[in-house]
Amino acid sequence: MAEKLLEVKNLKQYFNAGKPSEVKAIDDISFDIYRGETFGLVGESGCGKSTTGRTIIRLYDATDGEVLYDGVSVHGNKSKADVKSLNQKMQMIFQDPYASLNPRMKVLDIIAEGLDIHGLVKNAKERKQKVIELLETVGLNKEHAERYPHEFSGGQRQRIGIARALAVNPEFIIADEPISALDVSIQAQVVNLLRDLQKEKGLTYLFIAHDLSMVKYISDRIGVMYFGKLVEMATAEELYKNPMHPYTKSLLSAIPLPDPIYERSRVRTPYNPDDHKYGPDEKVEFREVAPKHFVLCSDKEFEEMKTQLK
Amino acid sequence: MQLDKQQLPPEKFERVVIDTDSAERISKPSLSFWQDAWLRLRKNKAAIVSMVVLVLLVLMALVGPHLNGRSGDVQNLRHANLPPKIPGIEKLGIFNGVGELGGQKLDLYEVKKVDEYYWFGTDGLGRDLFTRLWEGTQISLLIAFIAALIDVVIGVAYGGISGYFGGRTDDVMQRVVEILIGIPTLIVVILMILIMEPGITAIIIAISITGWIGMSRIVRAQILKFKGQEFVLASRTLGASHNRIITKHLLPNILGIVIINTMFTIPSAIFFEAFLSFIGIGLQPPAASLGTLINDGYKVMEFQPYVLLFPALVISILMIAFNLIGDGLRDALDPKMKD
Repeated sequence: MAEKLLEVKNLKQYFNAGKPSEVKAIDDISFDIYRGETFGLVGESGCGKSTTGRTIIRLYDATDGEVLYDGVSVHGNKSKADVKSLNQKMQMIFQDPYASLNPRMKVLDIIAEGLDIHGLVKNAKERKQKVIELLETVGLNKEHAERYPHEFSGGQRQRIGIARALAVNPEFIIADEPISALDVSIQAQVVNLLRDLQKEKGLTYLFIAHDLSMVKYISDRIGVMYFGKLVEMATAEELYKNPMHPYTKSLLSAIPLPDPIYERSRVRTPYNPDDHKYGPDEKVEFREVAPKHFVLCSDKEFEEMKTQLK
Repeated sequence: MQLDKQQLPPEKFERVVIDTDSAERISKPSLSFWQDAWLRLRKNKAAIVSMVVLVLLVLMALVGPHLNGRSGDVQNLRHANLPPKIPGIEKLGIFNGVGELGGQKLDLYEVKKVDEYYWFGTDGLGRDLFTRLWEGTQISLLIAFIAALIDVVIGVAYGGISGYFGGRTDDVMQRVVEILIGIPTLIVVILMILIMEPGITAIIIAISITGWIGMSRIVRAQILKFKGQEFVLASRTLGASHNRIITKHLLPNILGIVIINTMFTIPSAIFFEAFLSFIGIGLQPPAASLGTLINDGYKVMEFQPYVLLFPALVISILMIAFNLIGDGLRDALDPKMKD
């Protein structure tokens, strides 16, 4: 777990920069992802989780900051070969299984697209063989190769999306809310598939979601985002045991449990950013309050949190 | 209990294993988008009938002018103003060559001592209207074909580039379109006629300048819609080139709408040509088009209604057929767009 696979340093992504309609989708965030782990990224809708994932994989050009993959910068001018090798190492699974497959292509061609682009197969027979292998990996069978996406259910489509991402043998997969469009029984199926694949192929995941219980289940470490900023980052267990940032507390208080006695007494703590009452010259930074536990806080809060944790 | 156990022997019990393989099976036959569309189109009787009618009209336009061996621009003043006379049908009391002359109903073929049959009659210069009608249809179909071609080539390319590359390219291209759309097509045609002979070339140039704008806007909107879709993003994360994204992902998805839109452009182009010819700034005599024929016919509508009747029928059938096919295709290719 020691080796850093992905480093995100002071990443910023502003849309319509310089215009009155400027949106700071990602505002100066930094985190590392270690090889072989699953990093969960949670936060409410519109807080910049998906944008972070898409910026990391070059779907957007970062406004500022850098993303290092294996020590190599992802952004900026790069040669075609460099981009191609990055595309092969880093892959993405998308949120909406209905929009992420081209309705005019057969499953065979959808999954084989990466193989074609990167020239990983020599002939049509090998191509088909490889696609069938991938289909079987994700629990579908070979008759499905000749069908069109609209014939599949949501869970099956999501597995086709996973097979497409796996086709190029990636090391790192960004899963952008891969389960939020699926119903609960299928969610478990897909998450377990992702876990099995991780064990089998040693994959590293950036798992973006807003379903906290699922994130806790799958992630080693979790980052909590709020309005384009990372407010807290810790190991999954630590975050659930000792949430420090008031937003994380609020988020955790919103998780329903299938326990009527607990549910009756559960109180949601709302979060209001004004409650911090930061002074004009207070420096709000990302600080390590405990080993591997980072919180966005001011000096004063930092001291308080440290005493709290002791 | 003892008795129960005897009644239900253990070997009658069988362990049921859930077969995940069969749970994932899809029994419905696999249909591509186009096969599915064809199934839907086939159910639309109006569209199918229109297609047959259209094929017949195209065939007639191609072979019609050669059927009776007469040329459409040969004048024969001795045979002028003859009403239609068709062998066989003449015995039924219609198309028997009877027309009015000085207030009396007479067989004009006998009066003028003509032995030949003019199926659709002749005009004031003695030209065979049957031949001219199909020559005119040919022109109309040619215009239709060219309008469709321009729509698909220029409209799709322009809208596609504008939508796909976006940003400043899009801004500039859309401003150009806005200027072009502000000029009425009729003005463009009149300007064309100032610098060149009125005729089919002027009409084609006028269509080339403005005819593709509607298509380009539709294509641009479609491209904008599709290029942000996750399957295109997925293709980009796989490292697909622009070329690949456009040809494999975008074009196949907008093709349906392009076809539908083309089918609706065609009748308006045909009508546009007929309209220009009718008001006299389209095709010039002796060339025949449906518009000029209708123009000729409308002048003698009271005395020789047949001169107007046939071209008016053909152009109506042509436009209705194209519109019905367009309707059918829209329902078949884009079921969501219905109503």
